[in-house]
Amino acid sequence: MKINSPLEAYKYLPATNCGECGEQTCMAFAAHLIDRSLKLEDCKPILDEKFKKKYDELTGLLAPEIREVEIGVGDKIARVGGDDVLYRHKLTFFDQTAFAYDVWDTMEEADLVERVNKIQDFRKFYIGEFLQVDMIAVRSTSDDPAKFAAAVKKVAETTDLPLILCSFNPEVLKAGLEVTKDRNPLIYAANKDNWQQVADLVLKYDVPVTLFSPNDLDTLKSMAVTFAEMGTEKIILDPGTYPTGKQLKETFNNFIKIRRAGIDGDRDIAYPIMAVPLTAWMAHDDPVDASYWETVVTSVLTIRYGDIMILHSTEPYAMLPELHIRDTIYTDPRKPVAVDPAMYKVGDPTSDSPVLVTTNFALTYYTVESDLDSNKIDCFLWAIDTDGLGVEAAVAGGQLTGSMVKKAIEDSGFDMKKDTTHNTIVLPGLAARLQGDVEDETGANVLVGPADSGRIPGWMEKNWPPENK
Amino acid sequence: MTKKMKLAQLTDMLQDLNVEALEGVTIEGDIELDISGGGGLNPELAYAIGNEISHMSLHMANIGRILGFPAEQLLASAFGMGEMPEMDPALARPTELMSSKFDVSKIENWRNKIQEVTIGATAADGGSRKSTVTIGGENALPYYFDAEMPHKNHYTMDVFDMPIGMAKAVKGNYEDVINDPAEWAKKVVREFNADMVTVHLISTDPLIHDTSAREAANVVEDVLQAVDVPIVIGGSGNPEKDPEVLEKAAEVSEGERVLLASASLNLDYERIAKAAIDYGHVVLSWTQLEINAQKELNRKLMKQCGVPRDSIVMDPTTAALGYGLDYAYTNMERIRLAGLMGDDELTFPMSSGTTNAWGAREAWMVKSPLNQDSDWGPREYRGPIWEIITGLSLSLAGNDMFMMMHPTSVQVMKEITGTLYGSIEADEIDIQNWIGAEV
Ligand code: SF4
Repeated sequence: MKINSPLEAYKYLPATNCGECGEQTCMAFAAHLIDRSLKLEDCKPILDEKFKKKYDELTGLLAPEIREVEIGVGDKIARVGGDDVLYRHKLTFFDQTAFAYDVWDTMEEADLVERVNKIQDFRKFYIGEFLQVDMIAVRSTSDDPAKFAAAVKKVAETTDLPLILCSFNPEVLKAGLEVTKDRNPLIYAANKDNWQQVADLVLKYDVPVTLFSPNDLDTLKSMAVTFAEMGTEKIILDPGTYPTGKQLKETFNNFIKIRRAGIDGDRDIAYPIMAVPLTAWMAHDDPVDASYWETVVTSVLTIRYGDIMILHSTEPYAMLPELHIRDTIYTDPRKPVAVDPAMYKVGDPTSDSPVLVTTNFALTYYTVESDLDSNKIDCFLWAIDTDGLGVEAAVAGGQLTGSMVKKAIEDSGFDMKKDTTHNTIVLPGLAARLQGDVEDETGANVLVGPADSGRIPGWMEKNWPPENK
Repeated sequence: MTKKMKLAQLTDMLQDLNVEALEGVTIEGDIELDISGGGGLNPELAYAIGNEISHMSLHMANIGRILGFPAEQLLASAFGMGEMPEMDPALARPTELMSSKFDVSKIENWRNKIQEVTIGATAADGGSRKSTVTIGGENALPYYFDAEMPHKNHYTMDVFDMPIGMAKAVKGNYEDVINDPAEWAKKVVREFNADMVTVHLISTDPLIHDTSAREAANVVEDVLQAVDVPIVIGGSGNPEKDPEVLEKAAEVSEGERVLLASASLNLDYERIAKAAIDYGHVVLSWTQLEINAQKELNRKLMKQCGVPRDSIVMDPTTAALGYGLDYAYTNMERIRLAGLMGDDELTFPMSSGTTNAWGAREAWMVKSPLNQDSDWGPREYRGPIWEIITGLSLSLAGNDMFMMMHPTSVQVMKEITGTLYGSIEADEIDIQNWIGAEV
């Protein structure tokens, strides 16, 4: 974005402080535009015809440095790019890396459908939501337009996920486009040999395109400039993902160079970047080695600026860390670290229900809460103020102690003797060493729970209700 | 002025136009279409005229498009057509790539060099190590083209002074040595290629075995005897006991330039610092995910305790993938960037307790405790990769040395960080046609 202070954005707003956007003043709204937590369209008055010029100008000023490209249609549409910074702490990264998993047109139809379903059904629950992957990339291994069209059609029938059509043969790409033209698929790829025919296709069908120029940034930029000149900026850049050795080091630096140039203001190269960690499979024969290496390359290039990727391994030991590293990098660092310290109810607890202690580190709290909730355990869950540290760190650093627990009890107004029949506190396993301390400070019975809240159900069966009421 | 010309002439003229010629073209005056035939239009002629007119308008529309006007939309809406008419887009595209050079500048304000720190001492320097490890010295973020990275990453593997609970995938590697720290140390160096060994004196915790500082020091001596790589000495994490334990350990390893783990704000860091100064060791400055606390502790170690700059390594805390790694990552990245840009209180190399990754349930649980999750697959593969990705992300944030646990994790980490560092050769792979690859 070309401006960085609310004042600069404010100049373009209607300045009526009407409050329709939900903010008290236009200035407050302007601050949200600068940190990108609200969109200009949230100010309804500026959409009026009489502000059109200002609206257009401000839209231009607020546009992210890296263009945002849309792939697919409807609910599952994927937006890639859209970034404004090189480091997440400077603001946050936008549009998390889109993970596409491959299928190919020489697969048996039943295998194809099974693989697509496996990809689209994969899910991992994490802090209140499911982590999932985003796209299917259909590779033409047959180089036969009819075969490709048939495979693409089958995939499109099986899933609503956005598609990437992969071939260097324009005839094959055209056949795929004919059966998915209403799905806004991403074309992969134009290279230095086929770019004219691919340009004809993407202009005709009005779909986004990947430009592929392995380890040659001059040609990559030349292609981007040429495509923009021809009338499309729905461009994604693939500088090549080499899987090993010095070539991989160069790949890593190519990603950094492209993104740095884009954020620094070189509009000609300010597009989303594609990585293809799938190439790890060209370097490793053993499937576990290949999966590991693919996960490693995916992680490196998720951290350093890959906006969209084509992957192969659907092993959970590859997909789980990939989904988590992406979440790690794209989580908004401005979101609060801690939940309010308090006594929370999970389910519908009674005075016989257990009282479990945890910390107010948001991640810890939500993990424990979802474990309890999903296993239908009614209880009181006590989020102790540990300055937002996890249990282990808080015990080590002295933010979770017997006296802290006692103070938390007093502050919450919860009375162990009156509000429970058992006067028993369950400490997290990682705070086992505090058992005596907490007993001394609070006078309650203290039990030590499991080290991982995922094991609470099993622990409850053995230990609850407590024997010595 | 009215100019008369035949439609066919106009069409021909337009057909000759190309993009270069457009610059000088102006269409002046009205174009009068003089259609006359007397006694009505004959159908053949009408068709011919219609044909000419339509072609002409297509050419016109194309010129409009080249000039940036969305003519296809106009045509489509005028004729109520859902799609634009079949036009040959080739008309609008150049026949050669418009040549453009890619250029990017190096970062100018990375002017401050990270401190170099050497761990371990050979006979020449009064120790008995066969090799030493030097970390730090960077002038850029790790592996960046802006400046050569002077030292590769280093890996120290954990050894404990008593049997401890471990994830199954880890335990399998150490069952034969779990009661013998010296043998354990030998194993990680000889079999698992560790650059260093970390001996954790956890039995000294009063809540565990309350082993005396003297007894613990014996273990340190045994390990120093058993291996000739540099060592790291860790306490139990008990803030009352650790200063005493680390003082004694520092004393018995005098001259070996060990890394003492660690000084922190919640214990008597002065005692640890003094032990390091007195016996020639390096101090690990440990804080909990807080850049300002890290500055404060480093400042105290330097100014208040007099620890030399070349004897400080930072541990800003490692949280596992999925369990706060976002904070750990960004904390380290901020620390490194601040150091490079001139904050002398943060220009120290960093160490990560990557073993913490094994605390993540994804690393060790047989299956997900949540029934909504997809199958997690075999845990023997999940564990090591969890440790790898935790460490790898921190290596990109600027971390220099890693304390790790699983041999596969160390091996893969060495492979990927060595590759990014530039020390690993591999056969070149041609990816030009990766789409068709058999995978
Ligand atoms: S809706 Fe627009 S005009 Fe009204 S207060 Fe918000 S920014 Fe100002």
